Amino acid sequence: MKVIKEKHSLVMRWTHWVNFPLLTIMIWSGMLIYWANDAYSITIFGYTFYHFFPDAVFTFFHIPYRLAEGMAFHFLFMWFFTLNGLFYVLYTIFSGEWRNLVPEKKSFKEAWLVLLHDLHIRKTAPPQNKYNAAQRIAYTAIIVMGLGSVLTGLAIYKPVQFYWLCWIFGGYNLARILHFALTLGYLFFFIIHIVQVIIADWNNFRSVISGFEVVTEKPAIISGKPDEERNASDNESLVIE
Amino acid sequence: MEIIDPKNKKQLTVDQKIKRRTFISFATFFAFGAATYEGWNWLYKAPAEPNGVTARARKPLRAALNKTEIFFRKFFSDNHLVKTYPKEMAAKRVRINSNIGNEDKNFNPENWLLCVVKSDGEILKVSLDAIKALPKTEIIFDFKCVEGWDQIQHWAGVRFIDFIKHYKLDDITSMQYVGMETPSGKYQVGLDMESALHPQTILAYEMNDAPLLTAHGAPLRLIIPVKYGIKNLKCIGKISFSNQRPPDYWAKRGYDYYSGL
Repeated sequence: MKVIKEKHSLVMRWTHWVNFPLLTIMIWSGMLIYWANDAYSITIFGYTFYHFFPDAVFTFFHIPYRLAEGMAFHFLFMWFFTLNGLFYVLYTIFSGEWRNLVPEKKSFKEAWLVLLHDLHIRKTAPPQNKYNAAQRIAYTAIIVMGLGSVLTGLAIYKPVQFYWLCWIFGGYNLARILHFALTLGYLFFFIIHIVQVIIADWNNFRSVISGFEVVTEKPAIISGKPDEERNASDNESLVIE
Repeated sequence: MEIIDPKNKKQLTVDQKIKRRTFISFATFFAFGAATYEGWNWLYKAPAEPNGVTARARKPLRAALNKTEIFFRKFFSDNHLVKTYPKEMAAKRVRINSNIGNEDKNFNPENWLLCVVKSDGEILKVSLDAIKALPKTEIIFDFKCVEGWDQIQHWAGVRFIDFIKHYKLDDITSMQYVGMETPSGKYQVGLDMESALHPQTILAYEMNDAPLLTAHGAPLRLIIPVKYGIKNLKCIGKISFSNQRPPDYWAKRGYDYYSGL
């Protein structure tokens, strides 16, 4: 029978959805800034495979000649981006939610099995808790990346006052490259994330807005040990999912 | 598995509960989404600030820039020095990004005198030779442009703090701002006093061991490594002091007034 099962707390949903427009604004305003010195490309042995970014991309998004505007937006929304991220991290720590999120020793091996399963190469996926091994790695990596963006951003924003931070990231130029590369990382994450959400069912998507999931439980046998029975069926339903 | 609230006899089936919670949460989600969109529209379409010392930024964004300046000025210290490099690393071809305020064909460096407006309004005029007689300081550092490029450059001149002390202008250091402008007045920079007095702020007359070229701000320019290039005024005509923000070329064009690094 159908049962409502709580999945994502309000704080998790709040920080997730608040981050979406914030990161979008940060990436957009970052593009306005980057345009003024669009120095990056993928060049191997003098041959440029890709220039970040082609003029068509800049024109399409109305990027050119908006440096001052970009900086003004970037240096306002950096606060909200940082605070939202900080709020999320503190929440996961104090709620104990981090236990579901941080990769375990076995996660790195299991992530392959999850990947093979997702690609329909392998029939079964390893048993999991709230998040599978690949999710644990991805959702932890994205937080580390967020921290990286804030710190590399600070390093190139105030390279004299935070000279030590600039030094940690290998100097002004490397910090700027890392700051840029992390943004590409977000775009990559975003694509995979969206594909996964589409592939997963409505139940899964709904839970990120409503907080709950609907699971099908076998009618519980009231006799015996109800608690154990509950847990067992919980696990089962999660494996099925 | 229905939970029956004894105070409320109405009993909801699981399906009803699912529907109800889904509806409420999605309605809330879209309400917040709409509010966010409206909020963004408000900010994006916010009118520009009135023209003043700063201009052309959206009013709320300018307020944010000024607040952020106050926060980050807490971290400013004379002990935080820009990284310096060996001479060999300095660029031989120093980038010229802009000639704004430095294009006056009639300007003759031979007749040039630096004008310093003292606190009593008296104008102190200083020749290049007098400046060159002061202790010389060299700096090879990574010059950073607001556009995002940077270049290791080699400059030499007199530290602004040394200049102030030599001409016994110490009384003006209690003021909040230093204003500098080109002889024509076309390009101006406003600097907070602490950045101007930073030990690496230099009134430069040499680049790569040679006198400055016109394109680099001859005969005397500002090199202030704790600021973006936009504050490194070429060809100083006048220096003044005040407690209000002095005019600043790029701050009037939407850029952050502080522009500190």
